[in-house]
Amino acid sequence: MDILSLFVVIPVLTVLALVFSKGLKQVRLISMIGSFIQLGMAINLLFIYLKERAVDKSVMLFTQDYVWFENFNVHYAIGVDGISVALLLLTSIVVLAGVFISWKTDDLPKEFFISLLVLATGVYGFFISIDLFTMFVFYEIAVIPMYLLIGIWGSGPKEYSAMKLTLMLMGASAVLLVGVLGIYFNSNADGGTLTFNILEIAKVNIPFEAQKLFFPLTFVGFAVLGALFPFHTWSPDGHASAPTAVSMLHAGVLMKLGGYGVFRIAMFLLPLGAIEWSWFFIILSATGVIYGAFGALKQTDLKYINAYSSVSHLGMVLFALLMLNKTSWNGAILQSLSHGFMTALFFALIGMIYGRTHTRDITKLGGLLKVMPFISVIYVIAGLASLGLPGFSGFVAEMNIFVGAFQHEEMFYRVATVISVSAIVVTAVYILRVLGIMLMGEVKNEEYLNLPKATWFEITGIMLLLIPMLGMGVAPLWLSDMTMDSIQPFIQGVLNHL
Amino acid sequence: MNLNSFIAMRQEIFLLIIILLLIVGEIFINKNKKESLVHLALLLFGIHTIIGFFAIEETSLFGGMFRTNTLIHFFKNALNVGVLIVLLQSADWIKEKMVPLNKGTEFFMLLFSSLLGMYFMISAGDFLMFYIGLELSTLPVAALVAWETSKRISSEAGVKFILSAGLASGASLFGISLLYAATGSIYFADISTVLTSTNLTLLGFVLFFAGLAFKISLVPFHFWTADVYEGAPIGVASYLSVISKGAAAFILMILLFTVLKPLMHVWENIIYVVALATMFIGNLFALRQQNMKRFLAFSSIAQAGFILLGLITGTQLGTATVVYFILVYIFTNLAAFGVVQAIALQTGKENRDDYNGLYRTNPNLSLVMMLALFSLAGIPPVAGFFGKFFLFAAAASKGYYLLVFLAVVNVTISLYYYLLVVRAMFIRKSDNPIPFFKSKIYMRLGLLLTVLGILVLGLYSPLYDYIFELSTIFNK
Repeated sequence: MDILSLFVVIPVLTVLALVFSKGLKQVRLISMIGSFIQLGMAINLLFIYLKERAVDKSVMLFTQDYVWFENFNVHYAIGVDGISVALLLLTSIVVLAGVFISWKTDDLPKEFFISLLVLATGVYGFFISIDLFTMFVFYEIAVIPMYLLIGIWGSGPKEYSAMKLTLMLMGASAVLLVGVLGIYFNSNADGGTLTFNILEIAKVNIPFEAQKLFFPLTFVGFAVLGALFPFHTWSPDGHASAPTAVSMLHAGVLMKLGGYGVFRIAMFLLPLGAIEWSWFFIILSATGVIYGAFGALKQTDLKYINAYSSVSHLGMVLFALLMLNKTSWNGAILQSLSHGFMTALFFALIGMIYGRTHTRDITKLGGLLKVMPFISVIYVIAGLASLGLPGFSGFVAEMNIFVGAFQHEEMFYRVATVISVSAIVVTAVYILRVLGIMLMGEVKNEEYLNLPKATWFEITGIMLLLIPMLGMGVAPLWLSDMTMDSIQPFIQGVLNHL
Repeated sequence: MNLNSFIAMRQEIFLLIIILLLIVGEIFINKNKKESLVHLALLLFGIHTIIGFFAIEETSLFGGMFRTNTLIHFFKNALNVGVLIVLLQSADWIKEKMVPLNKGTEFFMLLFSSLLGMYFMISAGDFLMFYIGLELSTLPVAALVAWETSKRISSEAGVKFILSAGLASGASLFGISLLYAATGSIYFADISTVLTSTNLTLLGFVLFFAGLAFKISLVPFHFWTADVYEGAPIGVASYLSVISKGAAAFILMILLFTVLKPLMHVWENIIYVVALATMFIGNLFALRQQNMKRFLAFSSIAQAGFILLGLITGTQLGTATVVYFILVYIFTNLAAFGVVQAIALQTGKENRDDYNGLYRTNPNLSLVMMLALFSLAGIPPVAGFFGKFFLFAAAASKGYYLLVFLAVVNVTISLYYYLLVVRAMFIRKSDNPIPFFKSKIYMRLGLLLTVLGILVLGLYSPLYDYIFELSTIFNK
């Protein structure tokens, strides 16, 4: 068993163990152990990756290739570079934190953790695949458990939100399927055999007409998951109705699949299409950045605020990728990571606040800093990271994005950049507004004065997310070097044609 | 008739022997012991299915009227397995409800006769044999549809079925006669060499196509489907939806790819339009169905539309993907029908709202149903995903990207109504849910086989490669 396939095998084994487990205690224990092993593997992978990278300069490391469907030339092909290693680490941390935060799940706990780990399996598999078909399979595996997770354990209009989210995401993946098939059947444009292997396809000169046709399909297919305006509407509803751990995993990890797919598939394999269409999608993503920020400004439900803030932040990821240069791409990846930790942390905190006060309406909350100091302080830290204060991870990411974006000399790109940058100001406003109303001031409800303290599993979950986030802000260079290194082969195709 | 021809026709002959044995048994076995005939029929058919897996040589008999080869043989085996599952799922119903009415053995006899007709239909080497097979496969089913004579809705379904089936086979026969008039032969091998595109042959083709389209329930020949499925016993409905449909789609494919290949520039367009109409109408009508049988009826119409995406290609890839999809579809749809039948047999409930909260009382049945629905919707890692993906790939290989795009739009629509059932079972709560019950051994075996099929067929890739190898036969 190679080191990467374990990322699929261990969650599957955990799921199998869960199937045969009995009682809440066993279920918790098994999920926790399984997720711990995954985290250990991810950290281990990081170190051996760094060691291996120093000597091996190929695009993907630890590659393995097994034939799956011979006639379609479908392979189970896997491999990682710096970006996937970082995202795998993010995933394993968020999954473990999610397990801790869901410690108290009492309605069908077994099914809950099984769905959660199936989702995780899909995400891990997606990040390690270098075969289009395998990637697509894992992409769908990651999406479908969301329906049950939101539908069964959610709150509010959960049936509606779950259906909306699933249909929009699966619809997007259906569109993506056409793009994937289009790429596949053009992968012999230079006279070779048809293949799904992305490294092989990247060497082929797919005709311009085909690229023009399939780039938007592929791009939209992934970008819907990255909350591309105007296909972002599933995100606020879905996050608001989802249980805490699911919001964390979804906003923290699953939405990253969008941006990852965009540069790994759409832009890497269809560079001419990317250049041709970038202006159009820049308009959409810049709109998303602004729209999300203003949307968050008007909301009073904590989860909606965060969901709109995610639309805005992930809009920046797409925006940065569409700017098609190395610095902004690096910013996009850092933003993905930073947003992953930050937003998971936010949702965990919101879940804890809601679990105690039974409301997410900020107008009904007040003076929480006095009542629950630990949770509130962490909330402030996460808020400051979100608005991009120097010293936190958000700053590093956004700095890269906008420095890179501004390198474009054409007026159109400059204007788009300026518009997007202005969203940062709005971000500051809505973050500080929440902090002011919810944490400061008088305690509005007498009952809140004797709320329980944070429990050990909550603190563990939060610390897991907080430490890497702070680490990224204080010492971004080692991470940035690792991703920057890996971006080069993927952006080269685009740069050659610019 | 020498030994070789006996071996080539052994599927047909064994099935005939089983039918005869059942008739003898029906006559001589004491009335109180009729139940044992159910076990006997299942046992014999199980043996028949297993024997079928032994390989067969490519043969042509009776001056080319009857032919068989590895792909046809493979497909007959697929039909056998499907029928076996249908029988296992229906066995308890026959034992409990039909044997007391003295209608148990005939059920098997008629079903086997219909299957025999399908064997002849897909093995046909000329239009005469084809037509006899078509009739033999249809007429017994009409009786089976009206099996529960005490129910008004069942008799109504029987009448509807026989009338539309008669019309369709009449149209088909007229089409065949026109093709004969144009080419002077009814042998497939001869026709394919002399067939040209004239007004006469086109008219003949269209009428012929209409007849088969009825059996596959393609739009606009689908009107009988929902009513008949609703009225028929569930076992018969599932037989109609997978076996009958699968066999008809298979023979249609063979004819299009070999005999009618010269008309490809015409039938490409016809299938394009029919595929779109079938997918959209099937899916849109399924959205509002409450009764699970009607719901599965429209869903199976939509699935037939997807099959056409493979048919439009006329290539080896098309043959392989269609056969693979039908195989997957047999297991998938039978799983869904099996759960509906298990619940209907225990409680008599057939509506989606009755399924509310099913997971909390009957988790295993709900999981089987969810697996089946996910497979129908084409969600990995279950078999339905691979079946659909490959069909779409086949259509895309000929450049039908728009058609594939519209098909994936349909997949999304279909996901909505499949999720409605999942929602009922897993998310909704009910004040009086279906109480916990344990199905009998045959039903459980029937469901287990389908689940195995759904899980294994997709992940076990050599199977597809094997089908692809077999498909060279009709695409030389």
